[in-house]
Amino acid sequence: MAWTATRRQLLTGLAAGAAWSLAPARLRAEKDRVVKAGFVYVGPVGDYGWTYRHDIGRREVEAALGPQVETSFVENVAEGADAERVIRQLAAAGHDIIFATSFGFMNAVVRVARQFPQVKFEHATGYKTADNLAVYNARFHEGRSVIGTIAGHMTRSGIVGYVASFPIPEVVMGINAFMLAMRRVRPDAVAKVVWVNSWYDPGKEADAAKALIDQGADVITQHTDSPAPLQVAEERGAYAFGQASDMSRFAPRAHLTAIIDNWGPYYVERVRAVLEGRWKSHMIWWGLKEGMVEIGPYHPDLPASVRKAAERVRRGIIDGTVHPFAGPIRDQSGRLRVPEGKTLSDEELLRMDWYVEGVQA
Amino acid sequence: MDALAATLLSVVTAATPLLLAATGELVVERSGVLNLGVEGMMLTGAVAGFAVLAAGGAPAVAVAAAALAGAALALLFGLLTLTLLANQVASGLALTIFGIGLSALLGAELVGTPVERLPRLSLAGLSELPLVGPLLFGQDPLVYLALAVLGLTAWTLRHTHLGRVIRACGDDHEAAHALGYPVIAVRYGAVLFGGAMAGLAGAYLSLVYTPMWAEGMTAGRGWIALALVVFSAWRPGRLLVGALLFGGVTILQLHAQALGLFAVPAQLLSMLPYLATILVLALLAGGLRRRSEAPACLGKPFRPPA
Repeated sequence: MAWTATRRQLLTGLAAGAAWSLAPARLRAEKDRVVKAGFVYVGPVGDYGWTYRHDIGRREVEAALGPQVETSFVENVAEGADAERVIRQLAAAGHDIIFATSFGFMNAVVRVARQFPQVKFEHATGYKTADNLAVYNARFHEGRSVIGTIAGHMTRSGIVGYVASFPIPEVVMGINAFMLAMRRVRPDAVAKVVWVNSWYDPGKEADAAKALIDQGADVITQHTDSPAPLQVAEERGAYAFGQASDMSRFAPRAHLTAIIDNWGPYYVERVRAVLEGRWKSHMIWWGLKEGMVEIGPYHPDLPASVRKAAERVRRGIIDGTVHPFAGPIRDQSGRLRVPEGKTLSDEELLRMDWYVEGVQA
Repeated sequence: MDALAATLLSVVTAATPLLLAATGELVVERSGVLNLGVEGMMLTGAVAGFAVLAAGGAPAVAVAAAALAGAALALLFGLLTLTLLANQVASGLALTIFGIGLSALLGAELVGTPVERLPRLSLAGLSELPLVGPLLFGQDPLVYLALAVLGLTAWTLRHTHLGRVIRACGDDHEAAHALGYPVIAVRYGAVLFGGAMAGLAGAYLSLVYTPMWAEGMTAGRGWIALALVVFSAWRPGRLLVGALLFGGVTILQLHAQALGLFAVPAQLLSMLPYLATILVLALLAGGLRRRSEAPACLGKPFRPPA
């Protein structure tokens, strides 16, 4: 759309301006060993969800490394060609490490990384690495096993509404992890999935939540970024879960807990690695165990037995006794996909394109 | 409230912000001005209304503040395009960018602040009637305002002297000027009205639809409103059809998904509101064999002859 195009042009214009004005600063920086870390965000830092949590991570880097680091960020960067321009300009402006925090930045960051071998790049949730391009990802689905357990206990109708963004493997595996955990508690439960085809559109997310509640869902969960579905759940007497950050203030009664993205420790460690000259490319996929995914505080009214069941899953995932994708797993058509005693591998998860039994998508 | 009433209520909720913003823009364009800044004015209205409500202001004051904020941004646009004769397309786009940035700046402290949703109308006896109760007598005040303004706009444009002057400015500003009408002043009025309506549309989002403030929360609705004006061929009646159709198909495709009605990809269903609206409005335009009301001077700057 026209406005995004112009907005992008403005942003790139700003970035280009920054490149000029920062050139002398870069020389100074190299003398004093100041690491410049750049962050590229797909949404606004004020989204209270995905980008907001990345920006909290950036601020944790500033707090932890103080005068040894300078950070900057560009928000609302559209995925595609404009992302490439923004990332290249950050690299040209003398950043030592650049975090590209959206899956859709992948090809852009791969190309720029090739052009700037001395700059370190970090790409969130992708799968292409290089000598100077690392990939980091979080096992959000582990959190969904925990909230799926809670949903199985809390639903009366046995229908849970799932407000989803795009049918990509990350979202599909989240739906499946949620469903498997829920059916372990409540074998007849179903999850109705509604796709809004957007990561962030409060109005449409609210509409989807309303449609789901109208069709009998009494627990709402979401894989979109705004707190709007929680507000609907609060108004209509359903339960819901926070996405990416604690959203309880939007739904003080309905908000049972939240899956919290916690990027800060990883960002601090990676910037420090650059500072100390020991940064290496890698591909990591961290979850509850490493603290990249966390479960927020439970609602005070959540029954103790439910809390205990949720904690059992959370601790089990941390100590390795619970696997979110342990067999037997049947798909929507009832075919046995994973036999008893087997689990799905990471590779299989990362290209998951089928739904487990009980998902209505 | 039964499911059908709830669904229809969702349709009205989805259509109202589009209707508010599009009604304003319709008047602006009928006066011969193309203001592409709707999205920016909506966001500014959304943040202004939300800020007033969050600070403890009365709902009516919050709504008024939103309209004022939208009009203030529109005034800026008017100064640029009507007084300084800057290019309207470029100025409108700049206004959108400016509005997005300004609202984000003003709203930075408000992110994550919850507020009470504006109260719905509640008439003893009437609002509790099955189905028609919540639909006719249980809406948000802004819904009634949107319909009232649309009706008033249609009537004014068609039947009043003011309406004829506005249309004259849009169709042939030289002639309107020759007849002694103050073209620039009329256009200023229309632009301010458009800004106020866009501000109201924004307030509907941040105070009623999803009572919160988040950057970019309009998510492109300003552009949809702009498109509706064109596809309705600048006629208020069709604008109502278009807005309800767009809102209705949006809601119904979500319901269809939840019911698992169609074995088609969800992406295809997401396209439906756009396809259905364009199709119906195009058929309406062709089928009725009535000319479009496209203002001949749309987007052309007017410099009064010395």
